[in-house]
Amino acid sequence: MATPIQSAPSDIAAHGEVKRRDFLYLAAGAFSAVGAAAALWPFIHSLNPSADVLALASIEVDLSPIQPGQRITVSWRGKPVFIDHRTPEAIEAARNVNLADLPDPQPDQARVKKPEWLVLIGVCTHLGCVPLGQGATDNRGDFGGWFCPCHGSHYDTSGRIRKGPAPLNLAVPEYTFLNDTTIRIG
Amino acid sequence: MANHVSPRSSFMNNPVVKWIDHRLPVFTFMNHELNEYPTPKNLNYWWNFGSLSGVMLVIMIVSGIVLAMHYTPHVDHAFNSVERIMRDVNYGWLIRYIHANGASMFFIVVYIHIFRGLYYGSYKPPREVLWWLGVIILLLMMATAFMGYVLPWGQMSFWGATVITNLFSAIPLVGESIVTWLWGGFSVGNPTLNRFFALHYLLPFVIVGAVMLHLVALHRFGSNNPLGIDANGPQDKIPFHPYYTIKDMFGFAVFFIVYAIFVFYAPNYLGHPDNYIPADPLVTPPHIVPEWYFLPFYAILRAIPNKLLGVIAMFSSILILFVLPWLDTSRVRSGRFRPVFKWFFWIFVVVCLALGWAGSQPPEGLALIVSRVGTIWYFLHFLVILPLLGWFERPLPLPRSISEPVLGGGRVAAGTAAKSMEKA
Repeated sequence: MATPIQSAPSDIAAHGEVKRRDFLYLAAGAFSAVGAAAALWPFIHSLNPSADVLALASIEVDLSPIQPGQRITVSWRGKPVFIDHRTPEAIEAARNVNLADLPDPQPDQARVKKPEWLVLIGVCTHLGCVPLGQGATDNRGDFGGWFCPCHGSHYDTSGRIRKGPAPLNLAVPEYTFLNDTTIRIG
Repeated sequence: MANHVSPRSSFMNNPVVKWIDHRLPVFTFMNHELNEYPTPKNLNYWWNFGSLSGVMLVIMIVSGIVLAMHYTPHVDHAFNSVERIMRDVNYGWLIRYIHANGASMFFIVVYIHIFRGLYYGSYKPPREVLWWLGVIILLLMMATAFMGYVLPWGQMSFWGATVITNLFSAIPLVGESIVTWLWGGFSVGNPTLNRFFALHYLLPFVIVGAVMLHLVALHRFGSNNPLGIDANGPQDKIPFHPYYTIKDMFGFAVFFIVYAIFVFYAPNYLGHPDNYIPADPLVTPPHIVPEWYFLPFYAILRAIPNKLLGVIAMFSSILILFVLPWLDTSRVRSGRFRPVFKWFFWIFVVVCLALGWAGSQPPEGLALIVSRVGTIWYFLHFLVILPLLGWFERPLPLPRSISEPVLGGGRVAAGTAAKSMEKA
């Protein structure tokens, strides 16, 4: 009938040539894409840990009251950290192992700063449960370390996985000795 | 309208899109309503404010959901959790200022949208239900904004909540019981805060539903236009995309500059410093005022020296909009062809602004006089002026078609006008 409608200015290859309008179209599109991404970033970043959460990201622990053979649990970043004052027998057991037999081979020496102090993140590397073994009467599994009751992972006296579905050893958090009896975790 | 179906985009010919669309015609629907939608070709920039309102609704929902992730709705923690958002949460200050100023921007845009409708007669047949839905959206927005303002639990939050909920105590016999029920206690307290938070989260989605109905009603007869006359045929319309998408986007860009000026340079200009004082149920601030967008209604409330009548007048000032399509007896839609209405329209705008000013002042002296005169005029405009104007006003001659004022060429039949366009 009447008014012919002009085609939308977006058909780049309509006639196989690039026109000034195509350039404007792409430049405007790219500019708004960058703008949209920039506008989105604050919303995404707001879900990251906030300043007050980050401020609580390191703790200091006094080791002096912990007797040999005693294990304590402290809370760090909302997770349990196991501190084990190991007896010479436990150290011996941890070092007297054929590394080739381990699912996640790692010498005990690489997992401690001082042999008598073992510091671990007490979260099973399978699916995140807290293993048993901190209490004196807990089931410590087949290797005298820790035992995760959720899916049956056994850890040894170095916190290494020995049996069960967990793929990795219990993680060692970043920590430093401030003096002989104090550590800072994180 | 065959010639107005814009070229089907390659998107609609994509086999995956076609497969889904055959089973669930969402793409056809979207293509029809947002792409092909035939729109009068003479819309001016006042028609940007509808889509701007939609954009504001999305921004408010997105920023609000993120804020809700950091906010604690408890009287002991609410104020501090908002301060934590401002200080500790990454970009929390930005998101909160976007949300707080966004409420003001949303109301500015919606008020302009409403006055656009008032001037161009967009409420007249056959768009009465479209207009009703708009008034319902306004009421929902007011409830949402009020409850949102309570959440930071500052002094203005608390006393605003107390005053507004106490409006219902004006209802004879059951008023006090209703207020206790609203509070969930014997004063505004933790149960009140909790339910306000729940409703503040819910109502925006109710608004989304109402907006969709608003659009369904809009697309039934299509947009009104500055001439207020119906399209004679397809030659008077153009597809929504790209013509109005690009025009709307230009409007968005201009609007975002204004919005950003507030967010980045004057984030608390529209707020009230007393709301940075934690709520104290034992001390009322000496001068409490609502947010600016409620001021005209607040002025009407205070203009009347009787509790019940003041509350009735305030609610009536909005509810009267529901019957506006029948109060305005003129059959000419657009104010452009109503020489007398035009004057009364602008007087009405000034009266609304004056009421807003009066609402911001203590209720005494000049402010009280202005609010009383303004209140009388407000109702006079709807109840007397508009009904009488339809009878006494002699409107200017209407153009025969939307194309005619642009193309000139005297009084020609619509078909001929279309042919002349083809040459142009």
